[in-house]
Amino acid sequence: MTRRVAILGAGPAGLAAAEAALSAGADVVVLDEGERIGGQYWRHHEQLTDRRMQHQHARFARLGRVAEAATVHREASVWRVDTAHGIRVHALVGPADGSDREALTIDADALVIATGAHDRALPVPGWTLPGVITAGAAQALAKRDGAIVGERTVVAGSGPFLLPVADSIALAGGSVAEVVEAAGVAAIARGWGRAPWQLAGVAGKAGELAQYAGGLLRRRTPFRFGQAVTRIHGQGHVEAVTVQHVDAQWRPVAGTERTVTCDSVALGHGFTPRLEAAIQAGCDLSPERFVVVDDRQATSVASVFAAGEVTGIGGADTALAEGAVAGFAAAGGSLDDRRISGAVRARKRMHAFATRLATHAIGPGWTGWLDEDTIICRCESVTRARLSEYAAASSRAMRLATRAGLGACQGRTCGRTVETLIAADVDFDRRPVLSSIRIGELARLHHAEHKEQE
Amino acid sequence: MSVRIRFDGEEIAGRDGQTIAGVLLGAGRRSWRLAGGAERGVFCGIGVCQDCVVTVNGIENVRACQRTALEGDVVEREAR
Amino acid sequence: MRTVVIGAGAVGAACALALTEAGAEVIVLDRAGVAAETSSRCEGNILVSDKGPGPEADLAILANRTWRELAKRLDDEPAPGRPATEFEAKGGVVVAFGAGAGALEEFAATQRAIGIRAVPVSAAELRELEPHLSDAVDAGVHYPDDAQVQPSLATQAMLAHALRLGAEFRIAEVIGARHAHGRITGVDTSDGVVEADAVVNCAGPWAGAVAELLGGRLDIRPRRGVILVTTPMRQRVFHKVYDADYVGAVGSADAALQTSTVVESTPAGTVLIGSSRERVGFSAEDMLPPLAEIAAKATRLFPFLADTMLLRSYFGFRPYTPDHLPAIGEDGDVAGLFHAAGHEGAGIGLAPTTGELIAHAVLGSPAPLDPTPFLPTRAGLRSAA
Ligand SMILES: Cc1cc2nc3c(=O)[nH]c(=O)nc-3n(C[C@H](O)[C@H](O)[C@H](O)COP(=O)(O)OP(=O)(O)OC[C@H]3O[C@@H](n4cnc5c(N)ncnc54)[C@H](O)[C@@H]3O)c2cc1C
Ligand SMILES: Cc1cc2nc3c(=O)[nH]c(=O)nc-3n(C[C@H](O)[C@H](O)[C@H](O)COP(=O)(O)OP(=O)(O)OC[C@H]3O[C@@H](n4cnc5c(N)ncnc54)[C@H](O)[C@@H]3O)c2cc1C
Ligand code: FES
Repeated sequence: MTRRVAILGAGPAGLAAAEAALSAGADVVVLDEGERIGGQYWRHHEQLTDRRMQHQHARFARLGRVAEAATVHREASVWRVDTAHGIRVHALVGPADGSDREALTIDADALVIATGAHDRALPVPGWTLPGVITAGAAQALAKRDGAIVGERTVVAGSGPFLLPVADSIALAGGSVAEVVEAAGVAAIARGWGRAPWQLAGVAGKAGELAQYAGGLLRRRTPFRFGQAVTRIHGQGHVEAVTVQHVDAQWRPVAGTERTVTCDSVALGHGFTPRLEAAIQAGCDLSPERFVVVDDRQATSVASVFAAGEVTGIGGADTALAEGAVAGFAAAGGSLDDRRISGAVRARKRMHAFATRLATHAIGPGWTGWLDEDTIICRCESVTRARLSEYAAASSRAMRLATRAGLGACQGRTCGRTVETLIAADVDFDRRPVLSSIRIGELARLHHAEHKEQE
Repeated sequence: MSVRIRFDGEEIAGRDGQTIAGVLLGAGRRSWRLAGGAERGVFCGIGVCQDCVVTVNGIENVRACQRTALEGDVVEREAR
Repeated sequence: MRTVVIGAGAVGAACALALTEAGAEVIVLDRAGVAAETSSRCEGNILVSDKGPGPEADLAILANRTWRELAKRLDDEPAPGRPATEFEAKGGVVVAFGAGAGALEEFAATQRAIGIRAVPVSAAELRELEPHLSDAVDAGVHYPDDAQVQPSLATQAMLAHALRLGAEFRIAEVIGARHAHGRITGVDTSDGVVEADAVVNCAGPWAGAVAELLGGRLDIRPRRGVILVTTPMRQRVFHKVYDADYVGAVGSADAALQTSTVVESTPAGTVLIGSSRERVGFSAEDMLPPLAEIAAKATRLFPFLADTMLLRSYFGFRPYTPDHLPAIGEDGDVAGLFHAAGHEGAGIGLAPTTGELIAHAVLGSPAPLDPTPFLPTRAGLRSAA
């Protein structure tokens, strides 16, 4: 009998998994909440995306063609994954946050979780002002909507991702005042051996990064190392930022403040994996809080595999390689099979790249730029001072008393930060509802179930 | 190709296929919601943070950055 | 009198407060922290509307009054790290569909006979109380005395107050007991021995297991309940609104899934929709049927809810006894060991009066009401155990 492989997420990892699972003879079902496949990396819209922002497009086009042999559910928000009695995935299909979407239930023999990651943005005084967005938002808006949030943007945070973001903003018609990277020159030289865009060996990545760096040079965009945006100013909207030197621990260095005029800020301090589906499926997490997988990308739960950013932050090429291995293994293929040896090798190479991203890991000193009244939880407007009051309470009690992480985003934005500030794990990633569902849509499941029984 | 939506009693035109957030930003609107008395608009841009939610055709809590604008959509602010 | 209270849920916090106020030296132990379990996984209803005549109703009527006075006392002195209880006497409205109306009115009549205010309301008056209620509802009873607290915050506030009066709190798991001459003399914990003249077991759904660790006997079982929370919205629900079928479910022992609808809005703007009752042990599996059934029944009550967004759901385990009355008082076998557990779906509401009963049992301070029906040694508990 043909094995049915369900794939959650149609980003690079999910699509590569679909391709490999199909090649191993499986019946493949892909689900993604997006209107188009491609995930965060290939966020293209035929009419709206500037062609210059499409990287590795040939690869995407090929994966897209292959995916046609699979059943692909677009606009399918997966809100629940059950593994207690076999694998069952519950989704709602229809326009984002619609009120009358169609319920879809997929039973499968194996599941590949490839839900990716979202940006992590550290709080900065003033970061709730309109005009402050995440680096990923700048990228997504530029790519998918051809839109920019301001005329003059400061891109700040850490990691090589800041480069494509600055590039996209410029291509979409904005100007980038500065790119501000918290990692210092010395740390970067130590971590990467040389500047990241000169990185040899990681073919695709190095070329791509070099291209972005070239763009920055051409446009004479200043690139600052060892500095951070430590305050955002403005009445009702962004008017300027304070940029300041930070030490190796990311502690702001007094006396180094500069004011940079701008009307928007794109903040990105790395990525947070979207773990809720994996947690609901019962998968073990590592102490660093990624899904634990073995050589076959198999998780701790039988027949459940994971690939891409949920297993570690490594970028699109890593996700592609891991996805291929996961899809192949989920379909019952063996890693000794010739057809998968290329992906296994690529994965090894890319993991070396991923390790270097540690250079940009968040330093503990950043909390030095917070004020007592800086909002930490954006949904519920919870300040740092309020959090400190409850730092000693049990995590449930703290959450219910401050409401931090209890708002609309369910701690997706502030969770890791709250944990840092109260120095305790809060288990924000455990979310019973994986994506939006309306009470009426849930009610219809009950009615459907009861009709079946009658 | 263009798409027109109503927001704050005004007609706003965007490009076909844009999200509601894209249309609003294109029209120079940077915030469209109140949270704790302060203006908010788009933040994460990928459906994670819920900062951008609006009421669309009477249905509350629709993420503007995720919902593609359709001709004639009536978009209203939310406040809390 | 050095007294150890095991458990920092609502019941433990209330016992700690009552004992401290009555002059005991109190040490509260919890393995997970303050309000870490059931008391943060429930609703904070302080109800008289769901109680038919009997000892639990007597306890509830008294506790309802005590809460008013206690919440005022706690909220009048705010302090950093000590949240407000969010006490609100908003009143409850129980509504019935079609044939249920007769049964509801009969039940209300028995409640009026024991002094509960239960006011029948016409369809027109119902619309005034709750404009968004379904047109299909045609009868209801208004219970002006139904109230609520935010249970986690109220628990934290009670414990914080006890600590201010001199009680001590430690995070430690109780793993055994010390005895001498048939009396308990202390508990073994993950963090060493804690000596005590008296030990009060307030371990919620784990109280049976803790009783056994301490050499006592208590039959407490978990009954799972699930709650749905919507995203914050403008207020459209003004009281606690229950489907009259709530009344039927409370005393029942049926293992199968039962749900009865309770809808209310919170100060945070969310709407809480409860809840289910299932005997599935401490299982976290098969959550979908209760979630979907609760949603279906809630939209029957308030059609507008259909278009609102589910934000999250949570579940807890109501601690219940075989005869559905809480066990409050001294253990039958071990002198110096007291229990305060098994409050099922009413532990928040009954907490302060439970605390007073425990202070009476441990220290001999005045009892707020006749403790006999609640004693752990009662026949209804012994025979079933
Ligand atoms: C906003 C953003 C922009 C980025 N841009 C770039 C870039 O330009 N260049 C670059 O190298 N890297 C970029 N990255 C990094 C990016 O994460 C990786 O390069 C790559 O996309 C990871 O691939 P993946 O398959 O692991 O995850 P993703 O590409 O993130 O794919 C995960 C997919 O899972 C879907 N999904 C998740 N949960 C659910 C659910 N419950 N129901 C249904 N579907 C679900 C998502 O819709 C998404 O399509 C970006 C990241 C973000 C967050
Ligand atoms: C869905 C649901 C809705 C509810 N709605 C209401 C309502 O509206 N109104 C109402 O009044 N009640 C309601 N209840 C019931 C109420 O939640 C409980 O009766 C009450 O919380 C019980 O409090 P407790 O202090 O006994 O238990 P818990 O709050 O569970 O506290 C017990 C504590 O003991 C600790 N513990 C256990 N074993 C050990 C050990 N060995 N060592 C140290 N510590 C230990 C635990 O960590 C825990 O913190 C509801 C319950 C549920 C599940
Ligand atoms: S901007 Fe974050 S969800 Fe739309």
